[in-house]
Amino acid sequence: MINRGNKNILVLLFLVTVFCVYNLVIYTHNDRENPIKLNSDALRGQQLWQNNNCWSCHQVYGLGGYLGPDLTNIYSIPNKGPQYIKAFLNSGVKSMPKFEFSDTEKDDIVAYLKYIDSTGYYPNYEAKFKATGWVELKYKNEK
Amino acid sequence: MKNKSALLFLVLALASLLLGILFGLLASLQYINSDFLKEYIAFNKMRPFHVTTVVSWIILCAIGSIYFFITNLEKHTLYSQRLVKVHFMVFLLTGLGIYISFFLGKMEGREYLAYSPILTIPILLGWILFGINYFKTIRKKISEWPVYYWMWGTGIVFMIYHLCEAHLWVFPYFREHFIKDISVQWKSYGSFVGSWNMLVYGTAIYVMAKIKNDKVSAKNKTVFFFYFLGLTNLMFGWAHHTYLIPTQPWVRYVAYAISMTEWIVLGHIIYSWVKSLSKEQKDKYNMAYKFLKAADFWVFINIILALLFSIPAINYFTHGTHITVAHSMGTTIGINTTILLASLFFITQNISPNYKATPSFLTKNYYIFNISLFLFFCTLIYAGIKRSNWMYFSKDVPFSTMQDELHTTYIAFFVFGLCLVFSITSLSIVLLKRLKKALNGKYNFE
Repeated sequence: MINRGNKNILVLLFLVTVFCVYNLVIYTHNDRENPIKLNSDALRGQQLWQNNNCWSCHQVYGLGGYLGPDLTNIYSIPNKGPQYIKAFLNSGVKSMPKFEFSDTEKDDIVAYLKYIDSTGYYPNYEAKFKATGWVELKYKNEK
Repeated sequence: MKNKSALLFLVLALASLLLGILFGLLASLQYINSDFLKEYIAFNKMRPFHVTTVVSWIILCAIGSIYFFITNLEKHTLYSQRLVKVHFMVFLLTGLGIYISFFLGKMEGREYLAYSPILTIPILLGWILFGINYFKTIRKKISEWPVYYWMWGTGIVFMIYHLCEAHLWVFPYFREHFIKDISVQWKSYGSFVGSWNMLVYGTAIYVMAKIKNDKVSAKNKTVFFFYFLGLTNLMFGWAHHTYLIPTQPWVRYVAYAISMTEWIVLGHIIYSWVKSLSKEQKDKYNMAYKFLKAADFWVFINIILALLFSIPAINYFTHGTHITVAHSMGTTIGINTTILLASLFFITQNISPNYKATPSFLTKNYYIFNISLFLFFCTLIYAGIKRSNWMYFSKDVPFSTMQDELHTTYIAFFVFGLCLVFSITSLSIVLLKRLKKALNGKYNFE
């Protein structure tokens, strides 16, 4: 006869085992991943994004702060793109701090945003709504 | 007093709360006036100060409460008093290190964990010391553990795991794959919150059991069912944060299914407890009881919101808007802070039983706290609806125009925030005075 305490330990062990397998899959799967990795410019851009807390005000895929706009597809939105991004970076306009990025640093941030843009859409205007409440996302490069 | 180190954690927690809400108030002023403090500490630098400090409040208060309960009320002999002191000093010095690095402008981390990743090492060390002390202290008779022992233990272990997971980005394997990187980042954040919820909800159940003098209900099948349901949510329910990231659909399916069970856990437990409490018990721990009742209300408000935006079709419109902020404020202030304030009032009532139980000053501030929080919450919901409308139905309107249209809403947000700061400060000062007296040995609680 298994007592209550031992039953609890068995349930816990079961959940932890499933959790380990689940994590392994999450950490290793690449099915929906962009086949091209971030290059060295984009990686430097990513570090600049972190060091200057761009996420405090801006979002990527709707995740981040709300003082500034989402930048997921800023690279490819008509009338915006690389020059628009660079013009904003050191502008100090409105709440935006007056950064002093060098030209190389601006290029690196643009490279990072270009990479993000290549991974998908946000907002995902062409998503399909299902009767179950599910939303089928439109993926980048999907026919 | 058996364990004064527990009180030091609580004092540090209250200091963090006061400082954290001050940073929050200054940040909200920057929403109204974009030039406010911009040259000295712009919003991108202010936000990490606010977030780091208020997260510290939740964690330090939960830790201090647990140390206090297991030694002073459960009468366990702590495995090592020295480890508690080392744990406290490690957290204190790391906290100071984080502030100094922030002032020097060195913020190399990511949202919520903005400090340099190297500072995670002493934080992890502190958690490991806490874990060793906790498990070594209560290790006997696991089969008889009440549910809150399980919850605290689970919270400590998963906090260590998810703190490590949140820093997987330091490895190129994760950093170079953006979708995997952002998914793992938000997976860890969701579960990180789930871990501190284990500590806080365990505290709520403990305080409820003690007020009721009930040694049975924290061991019955129902509470363990809810504990495991909460743990399942902690492990697998994170992905509703990432419905709109192009990850594998199955990850989102799992999250959708599991998220539907979220929050019912604590709501059920508190509801059952309130129903069965006698008037004498309510009167003795008046403020603790009141705050637990308030937590009950906030749990139900947030259940509705969380259940709604865990439905992908609704999440599509609420994600990336202030509705998400309303939810995080509703949970961190409405649920976590009210539970922790209940815990502090319960602790101070135990260390100073003759202290006048419910001065009208406390009651007034209790109502100011809850009413202003409710209005604060509604303001954020309104701002979220406006932003969602802009995102999906007014695509040609510039972002700055939408922000300008929300100016009055942000003023209301600041005013309600100010009322909230006023009430929290008033309540905290009373609690700090009682804790200070206990630290000075003016109460001889054993």
